[in-house]
Amino acid sequence: MHKNVVTLNGVYKSLPDHDILHDINLEVREGEFLTLLGPSGCGKTTLLRMISGFDEPSQGKIMIDGKDVSGLPPYKRHIHTVFQSYALFPHMTVFENVAFGLRCQKISNDEIKERVETILKMVKLEKFIWRKPSQLSGGQQQRVAIARAAVNRPRVLLLDEPLSSLDYRLRKNMQIELKQLQRKLGITFIFVTHDQEEALSMSDRVVVMEEGRIEQIGTPRQVYEEPGTLNVAKFIGEANIFAGKIIEILENKQIIIYLLDKERKAKSNRSHYQGEDVHVLIRPEDVRVWTQDEVDNTTEMFQGHVTEVIYKGTTVDLIVRLANNETIAATEFFDEDDDRLEYKIGEQVWVNWTPGWEVILPRET
Amino acid sequence: MNLRRLQNNIYLTLMYAFFYIPIITLIIYSFNDTKYSLIWRGFTWGWYVELFSDADLWISTWHSFILALMSSTIATSIGLIAAVSLYRYRFLGRNILNGLIFIMILSPEIVMGASLLILFSKLDLPLGFFSLLLAHITFCMPFVIVTILSRLVSVDKNIFEAAKDLGAQDFLIFRRIIFPLMLPAICASWLLSFTLSLDDVIISYFVAGPEFQILPLQIYSMVRAGVKPEINALCSVLFCLTLGLVLLAQFALRKKS
Amino acid sequence: MKRDQNFKYFSLSLIWFWLFLFALLPTCFVVATSFMPPHQNDILSQTSTLENYQLVFQPLYLKIFQKSFVIAGLATLICLFLGYPFAYLIARMQGRLKNFLLMLIIIPFWTSSLIRSYALIAMIKTKGLLNTFLLSLGFISGPLPLLFTNTAVMIGLVYNLLPFMILPILTNVERLDSQIIDAARDLGANRMTTFRRIVLPLTLPGIIAGCILVFLPAMTIFYIPDILGGAKSILLGNLIQNQYLIAQNWPMGSALSTVLTLILVSLIIIYLIATRGNKKRDWM
Repeated sequence: MHKNVVTLNGVYKSLPDHDILHDINLEVREGEFLTLLGPSGCGKTTLLRMISGFDEPSQGKIMIDGKDVSGLPPYKRHIHTVFQSYALFPHMTVFENVAFGLRCQKISNDEIKERVETILKMVKLEKFIWRKPSQLSGGQQQRVAIARAAVNRPRVLLLDEPLSSLDYRLRKNMQIELKQLQRKLGITFIFVTHDQEEALSMSDRVVVMEEGRIEQIGTPRQVYEEPGTLNVAKFIGEANIFAGKIIEILENKQIIIYLLDKERKAKSNRSHYQGEDVHVLIRPEDVRVWTQDEVDNTTEMFQGHVTEVIYKGTTVDLIVRLANNETIAATEFFDEDDDRLEYKIGEQVWVNWTPGWEVILPRET
Repeated sequence: MNLRRLQNNIYLTLMYAFFYIPIITLIIYSFNDTKYSLIWRGFTWGWYVELFSDADLWISTWHSFILALMSSTIATSIGLIAAVSLYRYRFLGRNILNGLIFIMILSPEIVMGASLLILFSKLDLPLGFFSLLLAHITFCMPFVIVTILSRLVSVDKNIFEAAKDLGAQDFLIFRRIIFPLMLPAICASWLLSFTLSLDDVIISYFVAGPEFQILPLQIYSMVRAGVKPEINALCSVLFCLTLGLVLLAQFALRKKS
Repeated sequence: MKRDQNFKYFSLSLIWFWLFLFALLPTCFVVATSFMPPHQNDILSQTSTLENYQLVFQPLYLKIFQKSFVIAGLATLICLFLGYPFAYLIARMQGRLKNFLLMLIIIPFWTSSLIRSYALIAMIKTKGLLNTFLLSLGFISGPLPLLFTNTAVMIGLVYNLLPFMILPILTNVERLDSQIIDAARDLGANRMTTFRRIVLPLTLPGIIAGCILVFLPAMTIFYIPDILGGAKSILLGNLIQNQYLIAQNWPMGSALSTVLTLILVSLIIIYLIATRGNKKRDWM
């Protein structure tokens, strides 16, 4: 039984003409790395601000450690925020920045010194203790911001897109570092980002949001391999989406569906009914492409021709136009089995995937 | 939260009242049909009539107007060239020039007035229109430079690179690119110089001569002689005039934000 | 290419010529004149003396310096305490209201301060608006003799120079990242602490700039003490004006001007030291 450090019940944030947040229900477990993921404007930052206390919900309850925190200002909630622009105090040294919260709590100078030095060692900045923020790089500033918040031993650390202003390589490094830091500190992290790759690589659980609503909550694996809605499927990773119809329901979760002008065996964990209209989702990396001379039995396969070949170093992306004029994207990896991955535009190919690797979603209007 | 909001609003209102009540009072009393009392005796245009029939005042006004017109035009022209040069070129003494302009803005007007007085005496230049003109151009210029320069730094530097790449020479770049882009700032600078010149008392006091009387100095001597209701009317008119010009300047600066 | 260079040289020569002739040279003349014997206005005369500077430190002039410092200093402090909250509040606003309010401050900034000082006379004289208002509300029993006192001069100075304090502070506060204030509150600072430890140090450059822009004019705008303080009120500006134009003692006037300029330079140095951390400088 997990202990819930933050709970949101029926939370709304409403403006006169529309809702920024709609019926948010969320339980954040102690010690986890939780990510709020969604496109710009989906409400994830608003949600973060409500947990931190900079904004109040129009409806609903927010509880921290079981206590209702409505009306409670930020610093009374034992929660601290790492801001997007880091918001370091430019006129103070790194030491003074990190010590700021401790000083406000009137902690003794000796204890302050000890705690600040310890945490700066943890973020590997002990050599920069007397520098000013303007003398630090972006990555270093970010670590100071985290240290400044974490040194106060908050129940939860909130991070508002802290990596968005870093360049690609630094970002990748910081993702690993942040994850390690979170484990070391043992504090619950709530992380906000619009970058799904980032969310998947760092989180214990991901909350996918869209237009003020929670679409799905799950582990990275769950939201990637079993997206609950079309929005989630489209937002996370690449996806081929086709319209289909359930023809017959067999046992062991097997079904027969009709899609792309063919009947096919498929598998689904949901319950379906005969004649149901569905969307079929298949990831490009699960799609296999065969040339004419590589296969004999093509009854289960779809015919098409190659319209685009994109070489990406580790993979080759293909766009194939099928017989019924729809297109499917496929990603082929270079490996020992396939020493020849040369496709020409216009080449006739056969397309297939392993039954069960697709995801069946109800057809939403 | 609401109490604080209320406090803030009261404070702001009081401050704005402090700024504007004296002026509004002045304008209202310029219509008061009484010579000395502040009690309202009735509405009258009388003081304005007396004002407009004072020939001396008209002459001074005309003088001030011509002076302001010429000095602001020349100051804006020279200032524009100066600002552009400071922006575009790296030259020996650039930092000194920047510093000099900075000091000129901060420097008390009395020092500038006195120094120009000595200069004109050394140059054997008699005090009159010409000395006033040179003085006004000199004190308006730094403001023009600062206004235009602060607009210039918000222009994408790559534009000039692109122009040069396409074969344009410096003067062409100035004429076809810088000048049109800066037009709002140029207009605003001109208007501000105009009002600065119209209203200047201290520097003019030092370098004005007996032949060419200008309005601010005339007002000054009228005020020192004692409070007269025509002065109320005069001040009201001038205030509204500069108000109009300032609004124009703000409008010009706002257009190309 | 030749035309390119021509334009550049033309521009630079023009500016240098003008500023040299009308800014640098006159300043040198002033300094040179300050070393001349009193009442001798021709600076080509050979004799030079420190007499004027010595006179400056005599009790007679020293008292005027002192009075100017005190009145200008008080006026600056009043402007600071009135103007800082004002600038802060407006800087933190958003949108069209803010632009409108800003314009309302800029308008007095550019209109004639002579006229505005004149408007004050009607306000503070014995039968003036202020006294009438206070009397009718019963706050005072007899009219306050405000006109032609040091208080009147101070009111006049504050009234005219307040925008000069407000604008630099305002631009400074606008540059403050509001997330920094959020961060301070997030970490447990109350309003007082946030102001004292975060806002105040970060707005210090604006405060100093404002003080410089108020203090110096406060000492030297001679028409304000003249029309509000009367013949009794002599501040540094009046003294300098008097020496040049009435007493015809240019050397003495120049000595006083030079001392004034030195004060300006010291204040600028203080400002530069206080802002040495920042990369950007305000251009008003």
